[in-house]
Amino acid sequence: MAVFTRGFGGRAREQDDRLPPGQFLTEDFPVLSAGPTPRIDTDEWEFQIRTETGETHRWDWAAMQALQQDDITRDIHCVTRWTKLGTSWQGVSLDTLFAEVESGYDFVMAHAYGGYTTNVPLDDLLDGKAWIATGFDGEPLAAEHGGPARLLIPHLYFWKSAKWIRGLVMQQDDEPGFWEQNGYHAYGDPWLEQRYS
Amino acid sequence: MRRTGHVDVWKAATVVAATQLTPSGRSLILDAPGWGGNLAGQHADVRLTAPDGYQAVRSYSIASADAGDRIEIAVDRVPDGEVSPFLVDAIEVGDQVEVRGPLGGWFVWRPEDTEPVLLIGGGSGIVPLMAMVRAHEAAGSTSPFRLVYSVRSPQDAFFADELAAATGVEVTWIYTRRAPDGWARPAGRLVATDLQALEVTGGEAPSVFVCGPTGFVEAVADTLVAIGHDPARIKTERFGGS
Ligand SMILES: Cc1cc2nc3c(=O)[nH]c(=O)nc-3n(C[C@H](O)[C@H](O)[C@H](O)COP(=O)(O)OP(=O)(O)OC[C@H]3O[C@@H](n4cnc5c(N)ncnc54)[C@H](O)[C@@H]3O)c2cc1C
Repeated sequence: MAVFTRGFGGRAREQDDRLPPGQFLTEDFPVLSAGPTPRIDTDEWEFQIRTETGETHRWDWAAMQALQQDDITRDIHCVTRWTKLGTSWQGVSLDTLFAEVESGYDFVMAHAYGGYTTNVPLDDLLDGKAWIATGFDGEPLAAEHGGPARLLIPHLYFWKSAKWIRGLVMQQDDEPGFWEQNGYHAYGDPWLEQRYS
Repeated sequence: MRRTGHVDVWKAATVVAATQLTPSGRSLILDAPGWGGNLAGQHADVRLTAPDGYQAVRSYSIASADAGDRIEIAVDRVPDGEVSPFLVDAIEVGDQVEVRGPLGGWFVWRPEDTEPVLLIGGGSGIVPLMAMVRAHEAAGSTSPFRLVYSVRSPQDAFFADELAAATGVEVTWIYTRRAPDGWARPAGRLVATDLQALEVTGGEAPSVFVCGPTGFVEAVADTLVAIGHDPARIKTERFGGS
């Protein structure tokens, strides 16, 4: 049972059933990351998926651009409690990328330029649930939001949508990534408020 | 010393002291039975519940790094904000809130860390850095500590007296709007030359902690990388806002 805070009224608020518990709406696009913003040129950029056999699938910027590009409109939810509704992105579905990949493993570790990592079950990347996003609102994705390319997994807290993505490594077990080792939840479902471990 | 147990539990906390730090900022000391201490740099989630059941939760860095059940937070009023004006202007000693934590295991300094440290804070971004300065002093740590603190004017500085008296940390003040009379550096934003002038020690590259509003952290971290700091040694905490 929560204690009441004397005199606190809060603000007149709209109910919105698109808002997970504990979240509030934001119109701007806050930036959160653990260190400086890496600046990666599209000339140097490369994305890889590596499987248990050591086989590595690689796409450079031109190869990624040559793939089927999706327009994606989704709500996004940050663990620091902001939710942004109806954000629009452009990118390549992970179904398209995984069409070429054979793996018997169920988990993925996402690796980013700058050293960030985050773990996700493979099921949460497939069937139209996740993308490598290179555009936001019709413009190239800005570096502070993860450009040139970031992972986009809108149904999980946004720390799972690794900015400055450089690769995915297939894993047999669900090992914790960067924030997951630093006190945050292994899975991160906003609707279940899976914030902390 | 991993103090991250039981973070999923909200704990009732009572305001036991409230001190105005600046015209817009206030320190609150909360007594939260069962808290059990935190590392310097961690934060707490603070939950307020209105009589109609409405709840608001915000994160606040912890200025203290003691082992006990008391924590200090320092809040700067965000104009038109929902929670910060209440904490700065309305809440009183004896009132209750709930806290959860300590949270965050990344933006922390531990007394057993021995490398030189460069702390860079903007506005209320001083709060977790203050915890590090206090922990450094309390532990009698000999690792070189340097703090760069950017504020609009002298009257906007949190913990100014304590920083003036602190031993074991060298403080560099950056005034962005109005500097004290006779101050050599003209008022203005923190730039590369300010940071280039700072050598934490002769050789070893420092660990850097940068904290403040998003725009400040973004600009400072970019500048640090541009002047040659290793990005892997720069940790940032962004408070939101601009
Ligand atoms: C890890 C962490 C630690 C933090 N530690 C501290 C701390 O030690 N001291 C402290 O004062 N704050 C701290 N903050 C910020 C704090 O959580 C709140 O965001 C802040 O108090 C504003 O809340 P509010 O309810 O008054 O404003 P809201 O009602 O949430 O926001 C009102 C408007 O102000 C903008 N805004 C929100 N936050 C800020 C901000 N910080 N600066 C400028 N504009 C803003 C919003 O975008 C919105 O437009 C921390 C944030 C994080 C994530």
